[in-house]
Amino acid sequence: MTDFLLELRSEEIPARMQAGARAELDKLFRAQMAAAGIDVGDLSIWSTPRRLALIAKNLPDATAAVSEELKGPRSSAPPQALEGFLRKTGLTQDQLEDRDGVYFAVIDKPGRATAEVLAEAIPAIIRAFAWPKSMRWGKDSASSESLRWVRPLSGIVAIFGEELIPCEIGGVASGYATRGHRFHCPGEITIGSASDYAEKLRACHVIVDHEERQTIIRDGAAKAAADAGLTLVADEGLVIENAGLTEWPVPLLGRFDEAFLEVPPEVIQLTARVNQKYFVVNDAAGKLANGFVCTANIDAVDGGAEIVAGNRKVLAARLSDARFFWEQDRKTALADHAKKLDRITFHEKLGTVADKVERVAKLAEWLASAGIVPNCDPALARQAAELAKADLVTEMVGEFPELQGLMGGYYARAEGLGDAVADAIRDHYKPVGQGDDVPTAPVTVAVALADKLDTLSSFFLYDMVPTGSKDPFALRRAAIGVLELLTKNNIRVALNWALTFPMTGVLGRSVGLDAFEGAMGLVQAFENAGRSLSEGEKLQLIEEAKDRALAGPFRDELLDNVLDPARAKLISFFADRLKVQQREAGVRHDLIDAVFALGGEDDLVRLLARVKALQAFMASDDGANLLAGYKRAANILKQADISVAPAKAGAAGGLRSDAGEAPPAAPAFAGATDVDRALLAALDTAEPAASAAVTDERFTDAMAALASLRAPIDAFFDGVMVNDPNEAVRAYRLGLLARFTGAVHGVADFSKIEG
Amino acid sequence: MILTLHAYWGARGCAILQPYDMRVGAGTFHPATTLRSLGPEPWNVAYVQPSRRPTDGRYGENPNRLQHYYQYQVILKPSPADLQEQYLGSLVAIGIDPLLHDIRFVEDDWESPTLGAWGLGWEVWCDGMEVTQFTYFQQMGGFDCKPVAGELTYGLERLAMYIQNVDNVYDLRFSDPVGDVPGVSYGDVFLENERQFSKWNFEVADTDSLFAGFKAAEAECQRAIAANVPLAAYDQAIEASHLFNLLQARGVISVQERANYMARVRDLAKGSCKAWIDSQSDAWTAKYPGWTL
Repeated sequence: MTDFLLELRSEEIPARMQAGARAELDKLFRAQMAAAGIDVGDLSIWSTPRRLALIAKNLPDATAAVSEELKGPRSSAPPQALEGFLRKTGLTQDQLEDRDGVYFAVIDKPGRATAEVLAEAIPAIIRAFAWPKSMRWGKDSASSESLRWVRPLSGIVAIFGEELIPCEIGGVASGYATRGHRFHCPGEITIGSASDYAEKLRACHVIVDHEERQTIIRDGAAKAAADAGLTLVADEGLVIENAGLTEWPVPLLGRFDEAFLEVPPEVIQLTARVNQKYFVVNDAAGKLANGFVCTANIDAVDGGAEIVAGNRKVLAARLSDARFFWEQDRKTALADHAKKLDRITFHEKLGTVADKVERVAKLAEWLASAGIVPNCDPALARQAAELAKADLVTEMVGEFPELQGLMGGYYARAEGLGDAVADAIRDHYKPVGQGDDVPTAPVTVAVALADKLDTLSSFFLYDMVPTGSKDPFALRRAAIGVLELLTKNNIRVALNWALTFPMTGVLGRSVGLDAFEGAMGLVQAFENAGRSLSEGEKLQLIEEAKDRALAGPFRDELLDNVLDPARAKLISFFADRLKVQQREAGVRHDLIDAVFALGGEDDLVRLLARVKALQAFMASDDGANLLAGYKRAANILKQADISVAPAKAGAAGGLRSDAGEAPPAAPAFAGATDVDRALLAALDTAEPAASAAVTDERFTDAMAALASLRAPIDAFFDGVMVNDPNEAVRAYRLGLLARFTGAVHGVADFSKIEG
Repeated sequence: MILTLHAYWGARGCAILQPYDMRVGAGTFHPATTLRSLGPEPWNVAYVQPSRRPTDGRYGENPNRLQHYYQYQVILKPSPADLQEQYLGSLVAIGIDPLLHDIRFVEDDWESPTLGAWGLGWEVWCDGMEVTQFTYFQQMGGFDCKPVAGELTYGLERLAMYIQNVDNVYDLRFSDPVGDVPGVSYGDVFLENERQFSKWNFEVADTDSLFAGFKAAEAECQRAIAANVPLAAYDQAIEASHLFNLLQARGVISVQERANYMARVRDLAKGSCKAWIDSQSDAWTAKYPGWTL
C-alpha cells in the first residue's frame, strides 16, 4: 500500500471557485480510480490561491487481476452468432469453453501497476476538469484545441510513494519540484513524498490546508480585535474568502477616523466587506467601532505597519465617498427623490418605477382601507409606499444596490418621518425568499404585500412568466413572499379579489396610454387638416378617448380575455409555490391539489387549514379506508360512464360564491336493501354536517362527518353488488355512489390524493 | 516612474510606443492593443496612454477621481509563461518592496462591451489598493485571440501616489525644484483642466453636435470598412465611443438607449476588427501555416 500526492499549481485561482474545485478534484479522481478498479479511501484535498492538492493514502500498488466470464451462443447456434461473439470478445473459437453445449469466453485481465493508471488518470482529470470560467494562454493558445484551465497551469507534482508519476499536459510536465510562498520563498522546493508535502510547504510559508488557514484567520482576527479591547463582528464568508486569497494569512488590526462613524454602520460594514474584504469590529457596548481587520499574505519585515497604513488610506477614500453620499442624499427629501423615479424604467412594457410606485401606493392604501391588512392606517400605508422606492435614485444605493430599502429607512428617520413609515420603507422588500424575516408591522405588511402583488400582476398580465429555470424577474420569490406574508400574519383574503385590483390598475394604465396616443394622433389629424384645437378641446378629446377605451364592451372584453386568464394563471402559480413553501413544513402536495381542485378556494389561509385537517384525517385509519372506498366508487362510476363531478365547495367571501350543484338524487327505492338504506341515511346526515362545517371553517368536524361514511360504504361494498342484473337496482346504486363521491368532494377532491 | 517602466519593459523585448493621438477611454483602445492583439504574430509593446472618462470628472474636488489620467499599458503576445514574475519585477523596479507591502492577485474578469472583448485575470492589489489590471485576452472584437495576449494596465497616478506617499492626486510632485526653477505638482498641471473639462463634459458640451458627430463617425467608419481601410475605420470607432461617453456625461442618453448605443459602438469596433483580420489574414496564413481564425 502506497500514498499518492498530486499538486496542480496555477496562477491565482479565484477564491470563490476553490471549494468547487476541491469537490471537482475529489469527484474526478474517484471516478478515474473506480474505472481502473482501485479502491480509494479517505482523500485529503486542499487548496490555496496557487495550488490544488490531493493526497490519497494506502492505494494498492497494482490493480487486482480479474477474470471475466461471458456467456456466448449455444454450440448448436448458427455460425453467424458464433462469429459475432468472437468479434465481441476478440478471441478465437479454440479459446472458448464449451460447457454443456453453451460457449463461454473466459477473459483474464491482468492487474495493472497503479503508477501506470495514475499516469493516464492525471491528464484525463485535468482535461475533464469543469471550472465556472476557464481560459487559454501562452504560445499553445494559437490553436483552439489548447488546454483550458481557470488561469495558466504552471506545474504538476505527482508522486506515488517516492516514485515520480511521469505525465505531461499542455506543455507542463510532472516533477518533484513545486514553489513556496510567492514572496517569502520564491525558489523551487523539492517534495519527497506525500508525507513531507505539507510540512515542506509550511517551511516555505505556505499553509496548504485551507481549513487551517481559515482557523488562523478566524482566531487571529478575533484576537487582533480583542487585544485592542474590541470584538470582531464574525463573518464566516469573509473568513473563507480571505483564506482563498492567502497562503500565509496574517490578520492585522487597523483604525479609521472616528468621524466616519456618523455614516450608518451597515454602510461601513458593506464598504469594508465588499470592496476591501475587511472585517469590522464592535466596541464594548456592541456598537460599530472605528476599527477594521485586514488579512495580509506576508509576514511583513516591519510587522505590518506599512500594510495597515496603506489599507487605512484605501478604506478612508472609500468611506469618504460613502460619507459624501450620506450627506448629499440627505439634502433632498425622500419625496423629492421619489420624483426622479420617472427616469428609471421598471420594465419597457410596464412603464417607469414612478408608475409602479403610484400603483403600489393605491394598492397598499386599499389593502389597509378594505381591512385586508388589519389595524393599518391607510394614509400611512399610502405614504410609505410612495416613498418606499425613493432611495433607488440616491447616490448611496447607486453605489451599493444591496442597501435598497435600508437607506430609505435611514433617510426617512433622518427627515423626521415616524417609525411605522420608516420601518415600512426599510423592510418592504422582505421577505426575500423563504427563511427571511417576515414583516408583521401592519404598514410594512401592506406595502410589502402591495409591492409584490403589483409585480406579479404586472408580469402575468403581460404573460412574462417564469419558465423552467428561467425567472428573470424573480417572480417565484415574489410569490413565496406573498405566501409568507399572508400565512405568517394570518391574513384572510380571496386572492381573486386581491389580484383584481392591481391587475385593473396595470390594464387601466396601458389602455389609457394607448387611448392617449390615439387621441394625440387625432389631434394631429385635425391640425394637419388646418383646424387647430384649443388646449381645452385637446384635453377633452383625450379624456373622452380614455373613458371610451375603459368602458362599455371594450372593458368587458379586456376583463374576460386578458384579466381573467392572467389571474387564473397567477393563482395556479401561487398553488405551485404554496406546495414548494409547504413541503418544508411537511404538508403533502397532493392534498393541496385536492383542495385547490375544487375551485373557488383562493383564501390561502383557509386553504391551508383545510389541507392540514385533511392531512391529519388521511393519516388515520378512517381516512385511509374512506379513500379506498372513494377510489372504488369512482372506478365503478367511471365504468358506468357517470362523471364524478366534484361538488364545488363554495368559498364564502370570495367573488365566486356560486354554490355547488346539488348532488345527484338517490330517491327512496323499493328494491333497496338494509345496506343501501344505511348508506343513504349516513349520507343524509353526513352531507349537511360536512357542508356546514366547511362553511364555518371547522375543518376537523368536516373530516369527522366524512369519517362517519366509512363504515356504511365498507358495508355497502361488502354487502351488495352495484352492477345488479336488475337495471333499476343498478341505477339506484350508481346514484348512491355518485352521491357518496359528491359528498366527499364537498370537502376535497379525493381523486387528486395519492395512495 | 515612466522612464523606469520603459527601461524595464524595453529590456524585456517590448517596443516602446507613444500614446495614440485620439481621445480614448483606456489604453486598451490604442490600436496597438485592440487590432494587434488579433492574429498570430508576436507583439510586445509598452506605452503610456492618456485616457479620458468624462463621467469620472469631479471638478477637481475628489482626491483620486479624474476625467483625464494616464495609464501605462504593456501587451505581450503570446503571453509569456513568467508574465506574473515579470510584472512583479516591474513593481520592484519602481520601488515597491513585496516583503513590506502586501501584493495580491484578486479575481477581476475584464470585459469591454463596446469593444466586444473579454479576458480573465485579476486586479492587482497593493495594501488593498488596486494598482494594475492584469488580463489574459480571450476575445477581441468578437474574435478569439489566437494566441492569447497578456495585458498589463498600470494606473500611473495611483502608483505615484503610493510611491510618493501622498493622499491627494493633485499633491503629486511632477518635477522637483532645480536651482531657481520651482517644482511642479500634478495640480499645477491638471487641476484647472479637471475643473474646466468637468464643466464642459457635464454642462456645456453641445449635445446636438455630439449626436451629429456620433452619426458622422458611425457613417464614416462603415465607409472606411467598405473601402478596406480598417485602421482608418477603427479611428472612427474610437471617435464614436468617446462621443457616446460625452453624451452619457451630459445625461441625455436614457437607460434603454444606452444599451442600443453601446451595441452600435460595438458593431463599429467589431467591423473594424473583422476588416483588419480580412486585410491581414493572407499574410498571416502564409507566414504561420496552420493558423486559422
